[in-house]
Amino acid sequence: MSKPPIGYALAAMNSVASSEWIDKLGLRNAIEKLTYQGTKTGFQALGAATRQFKNVNKQLNPTRLDKPKGQSDLFDLSITDEQQMMKDTVQRFAQDVVRPAAATADSAGFTAPDLLAQATELGLAYFAVPESLGGAAVEHSPITNMIVAEELATGDLGIAVAILSSIGVANAITQWGSGEQQSKYLPAFLDEKPLPAAIAISEPTPLFNANELNTTAKAAGDTYILHGKKSCVALIESAELFLVAATTEGKGNQLFLVESSNEGVTIEKSPAKGLKPANVGTLVLNNVKVPKQALLGDANINYQTLLNYSRLAWCALACGTAQAVLDYTIEYANDRVAFGEPISHRQSVAFMIANIGIELEGMRVMTQRAVALAERGEDFQRAAYLAHIFCADKAMEIGTNGVQLLGGHGFTKEHPVERWYRDLRAIAVMEGGLHL
Amino acid sequence: MYLELPNKLKGLQMMSANLAKEMFRPISRKYDLAEHEYPKELDMIANMLDGMNDGEQGGVAGATQSSKAKKPDNGEVKNGSNMASLIGIQELCWGDTGLLLSMPRQGLGNAAIAAVANEEQLERFKGKWAAMAITEPDAGSDSASIRTTAKKDGDYYVLNGEKIFITSGARADLIVVWASVDPSLGRAAIKSFAVEVGTPGLELARLEHKLGIKASDTAAYILDNCRVHKSNLLGDPEVKVEKGFAGVMETFDNTRPLVAGMAVGVAKASLEKTKELLKDCLKDNYTTPVNNLSAVEAGIYKMEAEWEAARLLTLKAAWMADNAQPNSKEASMAKAKAGRMCNDITLKCVELCSGLGYSETELIEKWARDSKILDIFEGTQQIQQLIVARRLLGKSSAELR
Repeated sequence: MSKPPIGYALAAMNSVASSEWIDKLGLRNAIEKLTYQGTKTGFQALGAATRQFKNVNKQLNPTRLDKPKGQSDLFDLSITDEQQMMKDTVQRFAQDVVRPAAATADSAGFTAPDLLAQATELGLAYFAVPESLGGAAVEHSPITNMIVAEELATGDLGIAVAILSSIGVANAITQWGSGEQQSKYLPAFLDEKPLPAAIAISEPTPLFNANELNTTAKAAGDTYILHGKKSCVALIESAELFLVAATTEGKGNQLFLVESSNEGVTIEKSPAKGLKPANVGTLVLNNVKVPKQALLGDANINYQTLLNYSRLAWCALACGTAQAVLDYTIEYANDRVAFGEPISHRQSVAFMIANIGIELEGMRVMTQRAVALAERGEDFQRAAYLAHIFCADKAMEIGTNGVQLLGGHGFTKEHPVERWYRDLRAIAVMEGGLHL
Repeated sequence: MYLELPNKLKGLQMMSANLAKEMFRPISRKYDLAEHEYPKELDMIANMLDGMNDGEQGGVAGATQSSKAKKPDNGEVKNGSNMASLIGIQELCWGDTGLLLSMPRQGLGNAAIAAVANEEQLERFKGKWAAMAITEPDAGSDSASIRTTAKKDGDYYVLNGEKIFITSGARADLIVVWASVDPSLGRAAIKSFAVEVGTPGLELARLEHKLGIKASDTAAYILDNCRVHKSNLLGDPEVKVEKGFAGVMETFDNTRPLVAGMAVGVAKASLEKTKELLKDCLKDNYTTPVNNLSAVEAGIYKMEAEWEAARLLTLKAAWMADNAQPNSKEASMAKAKAGRMCNDITLKCVELCSGLGYSETELIEKWARDSKILDIFEGTQQIQQLIVARRLLGKSSAELR
């Protein structure tokens, strides 16, 4: 019998309490880092070596998750007991493990493998993979996923992306993948060494529009030939599987499962302003030939919906990091003394903090509304679009005010606000990458 | 978690929207131009609303129905009278804010009576229209420093002072006056008195000429040795220094979301009309990234996002009140956000509609005038920020002034 979701949450809570993670973190040393860095190659390199996915030849029916049941139509901001448990667990993980590791991961440009391994213990991947394929998921709850994303991002936005990138791919395959794709890939997300994966949609072009892609997919016999460049792809050096958006003649934008070992797949290291722990870079597809079966999903797949789920995931992350800014600036403004009293006694300072609080609450309810619609299978196009505009705008406003409130100190790496400033710029920029 | 309006409130919403469309909108400009003239059409609507308010689903137009909910015993979520009042008000302000504020028997004074009066007073003042007199020439947001006094004299209190900005002050049956029974004791000594219009010593000084909400009368009164029977003191006559001002301010936790709802309604009217006038410029369907759109279209989307945020924050504050959760911070957040959102949006809509927006041909310019007060009364933008800041920072009013 599979463990109920709550079981994983409890197990995770237990392991946080034992503080083993922190001890492990203490063990991580420069030599480990050097070893890891040594495996990276020069300017352009092959992607990560792929594990052997077992090919499934027989026709399988895909497994789809249910919508959560038994909900009333009342306006209701409360969350379930299970969601609260999940929230508490991830919150502790974010505070005790993620935050202390954030500065190092930021300067290293990747999240240490041992931290990712600890995140695996949270069992998040189990919520993305259906029971029949070894996971624990029965229902698809974007609300629970939103809560997890927000809490992780209170620890660090970049590390949250590093953790959630693969789970996003798993969610997309669970939601839209064929039976064959599900059997081939989903169990790998639960491996002892889970499959690192990333959704690749953004392209290196100004005014990028996810509906007008430059990356192409041409049908050729039993294959598609993919060609183009994808920018700001998470886990660029470690991902073994990419979910790539490309435009197909006559069929619009579609998504393809591309393994890093496919011929013609190369990666370019191109670190960004922020999100450094997510190890973002460029994915180059040079006439990459993939089988017809690499096309994600059936006729029900909706590219626009996938974009919306991704945008809402970024909104949830923005809320988490904005909360970190709020908490940090409150503490700082109450401690920092100028002209004989805490600077928080000055309205010009206090009102900036009040506005961070007000706009953050706005970001939250906008995100919650859209995600709740999605959870029930109702139309959430408009709600997601407006939530994303709002969060992108306010997240950056909060990010810049976070630095401003600390003055010159905020400009240095002594405090995390400069990192949040760099990270929060991503909310307006990133398309794809995640999936609730 | 679900943030949509429940079916059980949709009927009320539709009814309020119809009322706003069929009864408020047609006379909106008329009373904007005829300032101080009584909108007689309201009497009929008020009678209708009284009937509706006596029904089980809470109020449509007034603050009278909003109240602190009792904690539900069974832990069930409630969408109750606070949310119902909010929805009603929001829709009616889509019609006309000035007219809503002029609705007989739906004043803030009625809300105060509903909140603090005893059984006998509730019975005696039933069916009366009560206005609220807090502000003085030298005490606005700082309502703790009001100077009007109420001196005990046998079974009577003798009131002296000057009150301004009394909404519907010349139309109401009674005025709820805030006065200090002992100025040396500070905030705790401030009590509210129901003073019937016609009481000797209560003199109407003037009616204000205003920027907007002209359909609503704003009166100033002089209290000159005005004798009020002690049975008209609302709430507890004892001065409890330790309790301070909190009791008096509690009313605001319920009324601030309602004023935020007014702002949501007015902004909706303005944005809706502007989209109608600009429909040839709006082609996208919430899909293209905002930076790839025309400036007009991007601007409209951004306004819509701001509007939704304010609307949802307001619903949240009302939802918390309905479910007996302390909501002071959220009520102020909603009021701050909705107030500035409404002011920004209505002004931008005038700009986008050019001469058409600026002229009296359309109501767009009027909504931009009406909107200003919504970021001022029931606590200005700055006061709301102060309240939110104190709560977030854990500061007292002595520390963060």
